[in-house]
Amino acid sequence: MAVITMRDALNDALREELTRDPDVFLMGEEVAEYQGAYKVTRGLLEEFGAKRVIDSPITELGFAGLGVGAAMAGLRPIIEFMTFNFSFLATDQIINSAAKMLYMSGGQFKIPIVFRGPGGSAYQVSSQHSQALESWYAYFPGLKVVMPSTPADAKGLLKSAIRDDDPVIFIEQERMYGMKGEVPEEQDFTIPLGVADVKREGTDATIIARSLMVPAALKAAEELQKEGINCEVIDPRTIRPLDIETIIESVKKTNRVVIAEESHPFCGVGGEISAEIHERAFDYLDAPVKRVSGADVPMPYAKNLEQLAIPDFLQIVAAVKEVAYA
Amino acid sequence: MATQVIMPKLSPTMEEGQVARWLKKEGDKVSMGEPLAEIDTDKATMEMQALSAGVLLKILVNEGESAPLGEPIAIVGEKDEDISNLLEGKKERAPKAEEEKAEEKPEAKEEPEAKEELKEAKKEKETKDEEAAEPKKAAPAKEKENERDEIKPAVESSGDGRRQLISPIAARMAAEGGVDLSAVQGTGPGGRIIKRDIEAAMKEAKPSPAAAPKLRPMAMPKAQPGAVYGPSAYRDEPMSEMRRTIARRLVTSLGPVPHFFLTTEIEMDRAADMRQQINALYPDAKVSLNDVIIKVVAAALMQHPQVNASFQDKTVRHYEHADIGVAVATENGLITPIVRAADMKSLIEIAVEVRELAGRAREKKLKPEEYMGATFSISNLGMFGIDEFTAVINPPEAAILAIGAMTPKPVVREGEITIRQMMRATMSCDHRVVDGAVGAQFLQTFKEILENPLYLFLG
Amino acid sequence: MSSQRTQRQENAEAAARTAAGVMDEPARKEASDILSEDRDTLLKMFHQMLLIRRFEEKCAESYSMGKIGGFCHLYIGQEAVAVGAISALRPDDYVITSYREHGQAIAKGISPQAVMAELYGKATGCSKGKGGSMHLFDARVNFMGGHAIVAGQIPLATGIAFASKYQETDQVTVCFFGEAAVNQGAFHESLNMAQLWRLPCIYLCENNMYGMGTSAQRAMSMDDVATKACAYEVAAEFVDGMDVIAMRRATQRAVERARDHSLPTLIEARTYRYMGHSMSDPGKYRTRAEIEKYQERDPIKLFRAKLEDNDLLTEGDVKQFEEQVREEVDGAVKFADESPEPTPEELTTDVYANPLR
Repeated sequence: MAVITMRDALNDALREELTRDPDVFLMGEEVAEYQGAYKVTRGLLEEFGAKRVIDSPITELGFAGLGVGAAMAGLRPIIEFMTFNFSFLATDQIINSAAKMLYMSGGQFKIPIVFRGPGGSAYQVSSQHSQALESWYAYFPGLKVVMPSTPADAKGLLKSAIRDDDPVIFIEQERMYGMKGEVPEEQDFTIPLGVADVKREGTDATIIARSLMVPAALKAAEELQKEGINCEVIDPRTIRPLDIETIIESVKKTNRVVIAEESHPFCGVGGEISAEIHERAFDYLDAPVKRVSGADVPMPYAKNLEQLAIPDFLQIVAAVKEVAYA
Repeated sequence: MATQVIMPKLSPTMEEGQVARWLKKEGDKVSMGEPLAEIDTDKATMEMQALSAGVLLKILVNEGESAPLGEPIAIVGEKDEDISNLLEGKKERAPKAEEEKAEEKPEAKEEPEAKEELKEAKKEKETKDEEAAEPKKAAPAKEKENERDEIKPAVESSGDGRRQLISPIAARMAAEGGVDLSAVQGTGPGGRIIKRDIEAAMKEAKPSPAAAPKLRPMAMPKAQPGAVYGPSAYRDEPMSEMRRTIARRLVTSLGPVPHFFLTTEIEMDRAADMRQQINALYPDAKVSLNDVIIKVVAAALMQHPQVNASFQDKTVRHYEHADIGVAVATENGLITPIVRAADMKSLIEIAVEVRELAGRAREKKLKPEEYMGATFSISNLGMFGIDEFTAVINPPEAAILAIGAMTPKPVVREGEITIRQMMRATMSCDHRVVDGAVGAQFLQTFKEILENPLYLFLG
Repeated sequence: MSSQRTQRQENAEAAARTAAGVMDEPARKEASDILSEDRDTLLKMFHQMLLIRRFEEKCAESYSMGKIGGFCHLYIGQEAVAVGAISALRPDDYVITSYREHGQAIAKGISPQAVMAELYGKATGCSKGKGGSMHLFDARVNFMGGHAIVAGQIPLATGIAFASKYQETDQVTVCFFGEAAVNQGAFHESLNMAQLWRLPCIYLCENNMYGMGTSAQRAMSMDDVATKACAYEVAAEFVDGMDVIAMRRATQRAVERARDHSLPTLIEARTYRYMGHSMSDPGKYRTRAEIEKYQERDPIKLFRAKLEDNDLLTEGDVKQFEEQVREEVDGAVKFADESPEPTPEELTTDVYANPLR
């Protein structure tokens, strides 16, 4: 297995799927000649040409809708948002068109499309460029929402997302593009959507984390191990559909849950997971489910304030101690 | 399916119980383990927990009314479920005395069918009462109750401190493992019973002392600020004529506080073992034998509320909780910091608290409310090698327990001489409140629990 | 480069036509000359217009009887636009439209039964009863749906046209929308991309002069929609939307531009809806007199007169058409009435093409 960055793992996935299926095309701002705002699409224009790797104008609603229309007519578009912050402009097409088309057409028009790009916080890019939107998209039936936390997951999940016949919101984490990890090299390496991954096994508490919070959760688990608290870390990987069974299985074993997320707490995915746990495993809980979330404020610019707004492993450590009564 | 809630046995000697207060109304949702009512037993007011989940469909025994053990007092089932067959059962079993008592209460006429035979006789009275009774349903019973024994919290905020908190998994494990929750001390926040408390209770319950399981040290639970209790609530009971006479006469013959003394010898091996095991589990807790004694005294007081009392000139004051004064020797002399509501606290909480209080006592940093107003005191001179002594009661408490040193002694067990750790305890009693037999029974319970500390978990 | 210049010239001509506003009488006559068309085609168009008219009248009746629920936007008055435009297409060309789409759906070839059953919320509806009046779909005839967010279908149309070009199929996409949709960003974003990437898409604006209850004059800074095409160098046509032949001709020119040169066109069809915005519209924003004025130029009446003038249609033929259409519409209602409701299982199907759990 090669050790590569998440950026390169995503690039490999795009390249392999563009090679595999001529109906796949990639469109977005600066994806072609600029080589990608975050270099995820580096080299693809040269390899696949301007017909399939297309620089779009800054017209998010327009090219998101164009992608959905192209999917109605049989193509498999990959639409890159330079960051998911810009997808706000495209939500009418993502939600009213992509998510509902199959249903309101009585099953006639599937929409095999991937909307991908970085989401969540970056480094000091302030309020309008630091938003975690998974709960927005996960709210809507018809959409699938995927958030990888390792290079291998990023590659395997993106390939599955491109092959999937439904609209997939694929949220990468800008801070994690440079993160390195082992990635299988086989062409057919994929990771199925809707399957959570137990990143670390444990017995005393379950930490459910996604995206940027997975490394933080693993670090917290190491710290807690020193104090004799043995944590299980679960990465749902697909937010919708959520692999709740794996989570419930873990909760039944550990009886204590901390949910770590970068997003705002209110109406968030953590709240949803917490509700599912209470509905399905109430009798297995030894403590109320605890969330560790991003601050309930717009993202500030100042470095110290930004750090305060994003949860770190110490907050996870404290939360686990609270639920484990340690 | 609807099930009957029966009057539960809440103390070893209980034969009937009085419903002091329903904590749920008809139509309320009830989940398993949730407190359903407060029951006055012969010993205390206990919370009765629901043993099934559903909706409280019918209250059969109203507040202030009594029912013998095993008698249905309510029905829990699905919403809108037909419970007529269960009500039939109630009718058959309802004893006559019960019916007559009910007749006096205005809400009794809501009891369906149960009093068929009384209907005729009551008809006239009912029509007359109907309008007047309706708006203030249940209120008269309440007033009456207040007259009889007034519950006054000494501190306003101690109100809901009594609801037993339990985590869902702990409730489930307790139900499956047959653990009596009333005997389990919660170590979670606010005294919440959590998984490890049940695990400990179940471990203790297993009668295999030979192969004691290897204990894994765990991080010590925090002493929770939520577990702070104010001085105990109490109720003043009017003193009987006889009691007044006894008090008067004893004072004139023996001085302001008429003492008498009771001594017993206690085998301490099991208590010492238990203490060791707990310290293996929670090395930071550093539980001492004295802490164990505090816990056992509190438990025994709960079984003998007559001892957890004080002489108040015209009344005898009975306390709800065991606020235990612990004599601490300091440079400036004796002071007795108080472990409030020791009956509600886990051994570990007590250990942490005593250590902390004693520390501050030596630094002279105790606040008055931290050393004044105990309901019972313990003086331990065992560490000075004292085998046995008598202590002077700290008025207005009704008793004090003097603890001597634990020493190995040859004793006869099953016809053979063997060595056991023995300890002598002498109780000084205020005869105005505690008679000889009452004191002796308390001391007997104390000895029994201390010799078999498993009782702590059995209630 | 040379094709670009040609395009510019063409655009300039179109803009000039547009600037002239409503065409003068000789120009209109020429535009709608029917002698070159064969009779079968003309009668088929007449039949379709009549069918749509009677179908919509029946919808109003069924709606008032509570058989049709939700929103119901009727097409009465605008029949010439759908019928004329769609008559210029190949069967495999795409049509996508807004929520006022019963007319286009029938013109594109969805049976009146399947449309009525959809309005009735029945399992036999063209969207299995899951879409309703605003979401008619039929993949078999490339009817890509009614879309209920104003202008939402315009980027979709652009994408469908993109796919045709990508797949090199020479299919053309026609996107219908009302004049109020051009105030949305989606319209402008789409026209920009379509011309930028030369997409075979026909943007057909049905200017019925009212966006719900707000007249176009109160909502647009300029009167003509077609002139907006200049901003993107898109070719534009201004058409009398009450004249079915003019609609057909304009669309034919746009189809040629799309199919042969892979270029978009914006057509503005001036038309008028006789009924309210939806069935729940009290219509207080316009006068009876205004409606009557437009009804004088009723598209069916105009077309019938033209056919009769050219001896292509007799009164007897009209009677026969009316009879046939009544049977079709009654048959559609009967079919819808007798069709089963969707089974409860349908509630949760079609949410995902690959349901994972």
